[in-house]
Amino acid sequence: MTSALAKHAHYFADFQSLVHGRGACAPSWLQSLREDAWVKFNATGFPTSRRGNERWKYTNVGPIAKVNFGVTSQPPAVDGLKALVPDYKIDGSTVYDLVFVDGHYSPELSSPSHDSNGVIASSLVTATNDSNSVLESQVGHYACLDEDGFVALNTAFLNDGAYVHVVDGYPESLVVRLTYLTTNGVTAKVTHPRTLVVAGRNTDVTVVECYTGPQETSYLTNAVTEISVGEGANVGHYRLLLEGNKAFHVGVSRVSQKKDSSFNSASFALGTALARNDMEVLLDDSGAYCELNGLYLTADNQHIDNLISIDHAQPNCTSRLNYKGILDGKSKAVFGGEVMVRRQAQKSDAEQTDKNLVLSKLAEVDSKPSLLIYADDVKCSHGATAGHIDEDTLFYLRSRGLDLGAASRMLIHAFASEIIDTVKLEPLKDYLDTLFTAAIPDKSLTFGSAK
Amino acid sequence: MSTTAKGSKPLLSIKGLKAMAGDLEILKGIDLQVKAGEVHAIMGPNGSGKSTLANVLAGRPDYTVTGGQVLFEGQDILKLEPEIRARMGVFLAFQYPLELPGVRAWQFLKAGVDAKRVHNGEEEMSAREFDQMLKAKVAEVQIDPDLVKRAVNEGFSGGEKKRNEVLQMAVLEPKLALLDETDSGLDIDALRIVSDGVNMLRSSENAIILVTHYQRILNYISPNFVHVLYDGRIVQSGGPELAHELEEKGYDWIKDVVDAAV
Amino acid sequence: MTTPKVISRNATSSELDSEYKWGFTMDIESDLSPKGLSEDIVRLISAKKKEPEWLLEWRLKAYRHWLKLKQQAPTWANVEHPPIDYQDIYYYAAPKSDAPKSLDEVDPEILAAFDKLGIPLQERERLAGVAVDAVVDSASVATTYKETLEKHGIIFCPISEAVQSHPDLVQKYLGSVVPFGDNFYATLNSAVFSDGSFVYIPKGVRCPIELMTYFRINQADSGQFERTLIIAEESSYVSYLEGCTAPARKTHQLHAAVVELVALNDSEIKYSTLQNWFPGDKDGNGGVYNFVTKRGLARKNAKISWTQVETGSAITWKYPSVILDGDNSVGEFYSVALVNNHQQADTGTKMIHKGKNTHSTIVAKGISAGEGNATYRGLVKILPSAAGAKNFTQCDSLLVGDKCGAHTVPYIEVKNPTAQLEHEASTSKVSDDQLFYCQQRGMSVEDAHFMIINGFCRGIFQELPFEFAMEASQLLKVSLEGAVG
Repeated sequence: MTSALAKHAHYFADFQSLVHGRGACAPSWLQSLREDAWVKFNATGFPTSRRGNERWKYTNVGPIAKVNFGVTSQPPAVDGLKALVPDYKIDGSTVYDLVFVDGHYSPELSSPSHDSNGVIASSLVTATNDSNSVLESQVGHYACLDEDGFVALNTAFLNDGAYVHVVDGYPESLVVRLTYLTTNGVTAKVTHPRTLVVAGRNTDVTVVECYTGPQETSYLTNAVTEISVGEGANVGHYRLLLEGNKAFHVGVSRVSQKKDSSFNSASFALGTALARNDMEVLLDDSGAYCELNGLYLTADNQHIDNLISIDHAQPNCTSRLNYKGILDGKSKAVFGGEVMVRRQAQKSDAEQTDKNLVLSKLAEVDSKPSLLIYADDVKCSHGATAGHIDEDTLFYLRSRGLDLGAASRMLIHAFASEIIDTVKLEPLKDYLDTLFTAAIPDKSLTFGSAK
Repeated sequence: MSTTAKGSKPLLSIKGLKAMAGDLEILKGIDLQVKAGEVHAIMGPNGSGKSTLANVLAGRPDYTVTGGQVLFEGQDILKLEPEIRARMGVFLAFQYPLELPGVRAWQFLKAGVDAKRVHNGEEEMSAREFDQMLKAKVAEVQIDPDLVKRAVNEGFSGGEKKRNEVLQMAVLEPKLALLDETDSGLDIDALRIVSDGVNMLRSSENAIILVTHYQRILNYISPNFVHVLYDGRIVQSGGPELAHELEEKGYDWIKDVVDAAV
Repeated sequence: MTTPKVISRNATSSELDSEYKWGFTMDIESDLSPKGLSEDIVRLISAKKKEPEWLLEWRLKAYRHWLKLKQQAPTWANVEHPPIDYQDIYYYAAPKSDAPKSLDEVDPEILAAFDKLGIPLQERERLAGVAVDAVVDSASVATTYKETLEKHGIIFCPISEAVQSHPDLVQKYLGSVVPFGDNFYATLNSAVFSDGSFVYIPKGVRCPIELMTYFRINQADSGQFERTLIIAEESSYVSYLEGCTAPARKTHQLHAAVVELVALNDSEIKYSTLQNWFPGDKDGNGGVYNFVTKRGLARKNAKISWTQVETGSAITWKYPSVILDGDNSVGEFYSVALVNNHQQADTGTKMIHKGKNTHSTIVAKGISAGEGNATYRGLVKILPSAAGAKNFTQCDSLLVGDKCGAHTVPYIEVKNPTAQLEHEASTSKVSDDQLFYCQQRGMSVEDAHFMIINGFCRGIFQELPFEFAMEASQLLKVSLEGAVG
């Protein structure tokens, strides 16, 4: 214990000041959850990619473990921050915005909802003070402390965070935008964003999580998101990783789906020195449908690790998993897909694909799209490709007068569009299309037989 | 119902046959007598139960027989496994022939021929004998000899699949052939080839039940009898002229006749 | 041509009531080392084989390395078994009679046993067109067709003999593809390997007959640690086949073999396996733990092709691999893995692309029945130097029954932008409609199942030497007994 204490001493100091300081007024269940989480983190520490740890096989979190990231005890002044929050107008829907700055909920930048008979979209710490019993049973229910050290660490620092609850049968479709912003500072900052979404029976809600921060500054975002999709509910979920180029981001998302529910998710990643997107969807009752899309564009020394799991625990569920990556520079992309079909999950229908475009000689793709099947009456397939742009297509474009560069850009853009086009919120789609189009490197595709 | 071949015992005798698919009753009491040498056409609108009838006779496990009797050469076959019925000489040409990846067509056919021979107390066919027989049949029904070297129906066009069914019928020499919408999805040339094949196999020893939605195929394979199936029952029976009447007046006519009768 | 019978039928009388037809034991006297592993045992094995000093040193280095691994066997595979007591195993067991100088001197009991297995070794009955090296427990007992091969300058003999007769070749290539520290089981093998086959094909020679090694575990509680080394000189060709069976015993038996293939420029090695070690009985008692390391090194324009039909063993853990070192080299892996009852298989391949324009093809078919679990685990690695590399991988699983599992775990690592990789996988079962279609043509449910499953494997069987494709199909049928119908 002592050596472990010494190892995580700076986290422990922050933990102490949270539980004795601004977090001291939390309800007792939350206090004990934090304590358990700290004990867990202290015991397990950060994961290692040692032999046999398949979940971290291709990613080394040493660079994160060796920096003394600290939490900010005071939120910065709001002046000028509004401009840093990604803004795209959404018309025709009810939109709630929750903005967190350096881990602190910002009432000035947010437009919450506190209707406990309708929609709650507010900071978690406010909601705990409403002594809402739903919260107690849901927080930490989907993302367990046993998962890995990051979840435990996030939970130990659980205070501010986003809480979205839509009551059963709420008739209106709505959009909740969550922005987690890290600001520039002299010390290396860490935030532990926490999101809990509970979509009641037959509701329709779209959640946009956006993580962003300054360029050229090292900071850590250690996010945990829990989503419960009620019976017949339809949840849209977008995860935007727009962190700075020196940032570290570890995100764990846990989703649980009830009968006949639908979960449509797309993750987008740009920038970030080291990013991990660990998402797991549990199809917990029959007739559930989930669609998980992803697009990542990496350059320089960036490293992105997507670990996407779908657990077909019950019969008659359908899942579609489709991730695409564009790699440049010396970057590295890791994809771990795991589709599990349990014994009783007959009539499961699962498709999984991972496609990568490698634009540079020094970039690397490590892909592990696995299928674990224990039921016999299932339709499961997966596919993975790397470096797969059809040479004939490129030639076709060139024969119509486009030069190699222009033709390449067109094809790379088309490759990315497949995922961007899955975004159902038009303004968000346009916003992302602009972002990615600008980020696509000016590179020509290379092919073929080396002489 | 009129009869032709005088005095001969029926090959197939169906009495009060009822069958369900899941919770749905599809056949609500079918009576039909078929003698060797006869061709019966079963026509009817979509959902009338005509394909079900062919599949129930062949013993498809998707259906549950809830009443009635089916005698084939005097023996009740309803309790028999599908392969026993097949070995006795009941052949179903599938509406949607299955693909069997990796299983060569000739290998499939030989297994069927041998199963039947062993059932009849005969020796399995030697490879050479089978090969010669198959070559002759391939020539007879005019299909591409390459088809038997390929995996059963894998990557076959719709027409090829149907022709392959006719080849199987030629090789297995059934006493009773049930053609389940063999004409569906065929262009005019393919239809002619398939029909020629069936006609060639027609003899005084065997009988054919031809299930179809359209009169078109009856221009090529002329039936002795035409039955109209509607809502799980045979509501009209007649000679070839009934098919022409149907073609002219459409199935709504049958509907009106039946509804008027009620 | 006589049809070789890798699997045969009449043999019974085993310790267990089992469907396995190769489960009999040979009543021969064995020369046994004491149980357990120590430096003394390693020295004893080396001394028994009258090995040169360098080989003993190599074994000892491996043994000392193995000690450092502290019995930490790899854990990433999707298999489960109780811990293995490495001190409760005989590391050296060989038929007692001195090495026979000719077939006339082979113990008649052994000849009779191989007859029973369908591998007659005697001159007049032996398999046409196939040279056989018969290995019982730790020792090679007979090699046929030696003279024919010698005419072409081909060496096909027990590796222990090659150590004596061609020490330079053995020293040059042993451990060159699978170093002694490669993995836990390969390290163990390097320390205690006893025999196996050695093949050398001279430059420009196309080996005129199939070479075959028949492995047989006989002694109870013995491990089998054979080592095979095949060297194809420039522009040569060889097709090699191995078959394996074991008695049906109540306890598990460990088989930790190493196979090294060296394909020099423009050569081709085709390596086929029919693995039918005792799988254990219906309840999972007994059976062989088959933990095998197989790897080939392909130089410029060379081709290495692995074909395996894995129906036996309680646990199969093997990943026959190719290092595509030379430009334009080709690697292939064709596999059928069948598990029934309580069998577990975690098998696949590794294709390591180093050279330019290297191509690899992987086709893996898994069939899971009973309560078996089959996992395909395969790595395709494209190194920065492998410009223009291509891989195509296809993994298909077939589930028979609802208590089994079929898993696909591919690893794809790409470090060159010009590489093209495609991976496809599917999982299916024999559909009720397919069964009905076969039944409607007169086949029984069992025959229909077998025909469809055999069709599923056809593409792989076609890669086997013709005579063995028939045997593979038979093997599949016997192994599926009780799983369908």
